[in-house]
Amino acid sequence: MIYFIILAVFVGVEVIGKVPAVLHTPLMSGANAIHGVVVVGAILLMLNTQPDNYLALGLGTVAVFLGTLNVVGGFVVTDRMLEMFKKK
Amino acid sequence: MNLEIQHIIYLLSSVTFILGLKMLSNAKTAKKGNSLAAVGMITAILTAIVFHDGAVSPLVYGLIFGAIAIGTVVGWLTAKRVQMTKMPELVSLFNGMGGACAALIGLVEFHHNTSNPTNIAVILAGMVIGSVSFSGSMVAWAKLNGTLKNAIRLPQYNLINTAIMFGLFAYSAWMVWVGTAVEMHLYILFFASIAYGILFVLPIGGADMPVVISLLNSFTGLAAAFGGFLYGNQVMLTGGILVGSAGTLLTLVMCKAMNRPLFNVIFGAFGAGTTAASEGGPQGNVKEVGPSDLAVQLNYSKKVIIVPGYGLAVAQAQHVIKELETILESRGVEVTYAIHPVAGRMPGHMNVLLAESNVEYDKLKEMEDINPEFAQTDVVLVVGANDVVNPAAKNDPSSPIYGMPILDVENAKACIVNKRSMNAGYAGIENELFFRDKTQMLFGDAKKVLTELVTELKALD
Repeated sequence: MIYFIILAVFVGVEVIGKVPAVLHTPLMSGANAIHGVVVVGAILLMLNTQPDNYLALGLGTVAVFLGTLNVVGGFVVTDRMLEMFKKK
Repeated sequence: MNLEIQHIIYLLSSVTFILGLKMLSNAKTAKKGNSLAAVGMITAILTAIVFHDGAVSPLVYGLIFGAIAIGTVVGWLTAKRVQMTKMPELVSLFNGMGGACAALIGLVEFHHNTSNPTNIAVILAGMVIGSVSFSGSMVAWAKLNGTLKNAIRLPQYNLINTAIMFGLFAYSAWMVWVGTAVEMHLYILFFASIAYGILFVLPIGGADMPVVISLLNSFTGLAAAFGGFLYGNQVMLTGGILVGSAGTLLTLVMCKAMNRPLFNVIFGAFGAGTTAASEGGPQGNVKEVGPSDLAVQLNYSKKVIIVPGYGLAVAQAQHVIKELETILESRGVEVTYAIHPVAGRMPGHMNVLLAESNVEYDKLKEMEDINPEFAQTDVVLVVGANDVVNPAAKNDPSSPIYGMPILDVENAKACIVNKRSMNAGYAGIENELFFRDKTQMLFGDAKKVLTELVTELKALD
């Protein structure tokens, strides 16, 4: 597990090593969308919750909603930014 | 068997994230990279639902799909409708949502896991980081959209913040140590984390917000990774860690572009010396110029460099500036744009805005390339930029922005500065450039005066 984590850290650093300043904003926005993967956790939480545990279900639903917002909004807004660059 | 398929799909999703990020750091492949990562994300979400073992009631499925549907519609519409100038605050907002999601997971999962100290530690870490990211992003959002205008600083804020930070750490450690199942402790920790996020971002000035958002972005990544650890879910783990490390690096790269050590951004803010500097700052008379005189001046120049800044973005003047460029080019004037690394509100923001109004990519010159050209330039037109052209960054060691690389507009034969008023810029400091002999001020809203300028230029024909 530790092996895996350290590897992922280096991949992350390596992958964006030489990014031009022009792309900082889209890159940040794209990375922002990717951490929306936390929504998977919210879904797993819901799937493991008993149907009569209303408090957990309520909070879980809100979590799924917010996570989806992060994912969809993040990818769409990044796409829009990059669309601007492509037009030429 | 199912589990293995699930693992392979998660692995593929993780690979799309890595490739997506890689492609995002190159202008040619960026758009594809973003789509690729999005496909990986959808696959990961579907896999989590489809491959779940055990009975799940229809109610739960209904809630999940309902939440996803509403989240998709709201996220899509918000992202599609936002003006390009408002993008930075939107990124901050979405980041906050991710943080909140991580925090909620922690809040719910806590009492399922009170018997396992490792799980408690992971849950608390995810919840604390997620909450800090959430409330911090909300403050950053409010600051960027102008709801919160000034940096608010409690007395001794650095001391207070550091104390809270260690307090959060100690409290979490204690909860894990005694293996408490008392939810009150969880809620105390939750609210303390929210408070910390607010206090952490409040004292930081608007100019440093991009760095803060990038930092909070990597925080949310970290919170997602803790979630992945808790559920033993590889795709959350890779996605989270990837963003955590890439985000941290991006934060440092941005700091470097602004020549501000991260430590100064967080603890120094634009510190107490600022007020003294603005009082003792340069004084004197400024020369004003009107659109008609300027039109003549531009019409007879050979080489013009436009320095766009945040003021241009606020005034939505990116289309007018393109119009100005077109008309000047038709008169045989060479027009280029000098883009400071932190022009606009985020690194690269200005490029996005100008690209929106069809300014050619080749005309946008980065600071290192354009600086030697100012000496051969007839007129520099600074639109709504201030700190990035302030000579104090070079020759006044007491200035808060001393050391920040700037555009050498003072080397040009003439320098026109468009500003709404004589107010100081983001950093809150005076700019001696405005008082120089070669400088003329063009007061007014960028869009309004540039439109007048274009009209005057057309009349000259």
